[in-house]
Amino acid sequence: MMGKVIEEEKRQLSDYIKHYRPKQILRDRIMESIIFLGGLSAVIFTIGIFLFVIKEAWPFLSSRFSLMEFLTNIEWYPVSNVSVRYGAKALFVGTAAVTIGSMVLAIPVGIGTAIFISEFCGPKFKEVAKILIELLASIPSVVWGFIAVMVMNPFIINVLHEPVGLNVFNASIILALMSIPMIVSIGEDALRSVPDTYREAAESLGATRLEVVIRVIIPAAKNGLIAAILLGVGRAVGETMAVLMATGHSVAIPDSIFSPVRTLTATVAAEMGEAPKGSEHYQTLFTIGLSLLLITFSINFISDILLRKSWKRK
Amino acid sequence: MKEKIKIQNLTASYNGKSILRNINLSVIQNEILAVIGPANSGKTSLLRCINRMCDFIPEMDVEGDILLDGVSTFAKRDSTVIRRRIGMVSPLPVGLPMSIRDNVTFAPKVAGCKDPVILEEIMEDCLKKSALWDEVKDRLDMIATKLSGGQQQRLTIARALSHFPEVLCLDEFSIAIDPVTTMRIEEILKELKKEMTIILVTNLNFQARRLSDRTAMIFEGDLLEVGATKDVFSGNTQQQKTKDYIEGLFG
Amino acid sequence: MSSFKSTELLKSKVSKQKWVESILLVTTFALFIPVAAIFLILLIKGYPAINLNFIFAGPSNGMTEGGIFPAIVGTFWLIFLSLFFTCPLGILAALYLNEYARDNTFTRIINLAIINLAGVPSIVYSLFGLGAFVLFLKMGTSILSASLTLSVMNLPVIITSTRESLLAVPKSFREACWNVGASKWQTLWYVVLPNSLPGILTGVIFSVSRAAGETAAILFTGVAFYLPFLPESIFDQCMALSMHLYTISTQVVGVPESYTFGTALVLIGLVLIVNTLSIVVRSYYRSHRKW
Repeated sequence: MMGKVIEEEKRQLSDYIKHYRPKQILRDRIMESIIFLGGLSAVIFTIGIFLFVIKEAWPFLSSRFSLMEFLTNIEWYPVSNVSVRYGAKALFVGTAAVTIGSMVLAIPVGIGTAIFISEFCGPKFKEVAKILIELLASIPSVVWGFIAVMVMNPFIINVLHEPVGLNVFNASIILALMSIPMIVSIGEDALRSVPDTYREAAESLGATRLEVVIRVIIPAAKNGLIAAILLGVGRAVGETMAVLMATGHSVAIPDSIFSPVRTLTATVAAEMGEAPKGSEHYQTLFTIGLSLLLITFSINFISDILLRKSWKRK
Repeated sequence: MKEKIKIQNLTASYNGKSILRNINLSVIQNEILAVIGPANSGKTSLLRCINRMCDFIPEMDVEGDILLDGVSTFAKRDSTVIRRRIGMVSPLPVGLPMSIRDNVTFAPKVAGCKDPVILEEIMEDCLKKSALWDEVKDRLDMIATKLSGGQQQRLTIARALSHFPEVLCLDEFSIAIDPVTTMRIEEILKELKKEMTIILVTNLNFQARRLSDRTAMIFEGDLLEVGATKDVFSGNTQQQKTKDYIEGLFG
Repeated sequence: MSSFKSTELLKSKVSKQKWVESILLVTTFALFIPVAAIFLILLIKGYPAINLNFIFAGPSNGMTEGGIFPAIVGTFWLIFLSLFFTCPLGILAALYLNEYARDNTFTRIINLAIINLAGVPSIVYSLFGLGAFVLFLKMGTSILSASLTLSVMNLPVIITSTRESLLAVPKSFREACWNVGASKWQTLWYVVLPNSLPGILTGVIFSVSRAAGETAAILFTGVAFYLPFLPESIFDQCMALSMHLYTISTQVVGVPESYTFGTALVLIGLVLIVNTLSIVVRSYYRSHRKW
């Protein structure tokens, strides 16, 4: 009796399953539209960043702005009563100085660490090292700036006997420590994506581990390693708070690594608070923001192409 | 002799590359139709058109029509209901990452069935039909991905049966499982034939010979011929190519 | 004779390798020494400042005494409000890109945009927030503007991590679901999302730690140097731990060292707790994978 009831119900169910979709079509459509809107919003924000930065900078860009003055004049007097000058050369040089300084340290250490944890060390150490690098990456930039001011600054003055502790040297070390995690993790990805067959083939020919790394792995992972370095550079160029606190606020071309400078990012951060909304000064700061956007955008674009190339081979 | 599925002028391409050309083929109710042919000749694509999985492959363009019980399936905008009427077993066993019970009751649940008694009944029924019940009845809450390959393949069949399909498509189901399990599944198919129509894509000619009533030969996107299995395998083929393939001259 | 030579050669090769290996080991450790030193210094100098009064009182006497309670409260406002915006948007965008978008020029542009969004300097986000939320949408400098800026900044993080965890769910699972008549959304809801949840969660937690530590992005959008009261709604300004640390270590004269180090310790402690959480979640689910 019971079995028969269930048989009948199952027959009904089979009809129901095969021919009828209660409310589901509607629900699927709604979810699909919501998901599409989510995707769309991400695009809107991305375009929006460009649009709004350009929009705010535009009155200046379209009137007083001269690319020559902006790039080659070192006189940055945005609020002068006599004659306002917007020469950002010193700011570009400042950014370049701390970026180059930090990369001198970060590239060897970052790539070396990436090679070590990818090719030479055991799995246990690798696990620990990766977690430590993640922790290093998670230290907020304002804490790095704090360390530059409270630890590095007295160290440079007292131990190295330099008159100014907040300078290119200080910022470079801080920036190096900030960019290294990125270089290590992307470099390690690139090295890992070299197929194991390459390693085995070279080792079966009698090459030592070192030879394998130098002659096979590094050439094969070249694109990814370059991308890692580029992204490290991008990080250094765009870093704001740590550089703001560590460089010493001096709009001048540095004459040694112990000279204070001012970077593009630090200028925006330091001056935007005082620039009246809509003033020319305000628009100039947005112009600096736009240059930063263009610089980092090109860096990311190139490294993306390189990374894509290195994945394709895999 | 009722035509369960009628494929009309089916032409398909993948990324602009032609993979099926002008296929006309009927599948008769309660038969096992074997589809044979060398690798990459479009057998899997044919199945994907039949259950309209092609909707989910944006690179695939399909023309023509497929009639199910005389009604066009391509005319319908929503293909979910069509996939419920057609069971599909993929080449590699797939246990969904949920319990064995949930694997088998998944299809009725997404169709809207909530009654636990009925669900339990369906599950037991399907697992018995796929000859898996005795092995898993004491551990229905185990995660299905922990089953062996052969067990997962039978679970896949159980899942394909759980939505009461009228047609069951099997795509080289024995590729990843051992001969003993293969033989068991073949026995199951012979039983299932009584209640449904079966399309068996296979790369094993012996399997087609053992199981099927009729055999269709596909070669590089063209349907070379379709005929009674005993004719095709006894050398009475219309095309020399089919004969050569069956004799193992190429493949 | 020849075999002797080759042994010599091999020996020199092996010793060369030993050298390089130790150099690399030293560089790796050179990286960890400053980290350990930083944590140690922060702990030693900051620990004495930390007591109940420090956590639960407001700053007083020109920010040279008292506690950091308003900054902690502000940071939590910003974290939660930014998560509230960024989680749904980021996850939906990732779902769209991975599961629905066709491979066409439009999709490629979005992908490119997201990759590049991740490299945009945080100060540029701040400019965007100022231009878009504070001025254009007239939200003023408020918690709302600051959180929205933070959430746009974290959008690429969440999108990328969500996409990675969606990709980790094998395609065969999706096809198996479609084959039994589940719709695309049902497949996502019952199979894909539950199995990519740990990865998504890791990304979300990571973005929390970014929001907690971020300073530049909230600089002009809603965070004040000093406020004598706690925010009451999302249209108020607030203080934030990161901003407070910047203020007391560079803008205010005469702040005792223990107060600044204490603030830094609280901030980094918060970030580290959140990060450790994400590492724990990730390694737990990695060892409990279902397939």
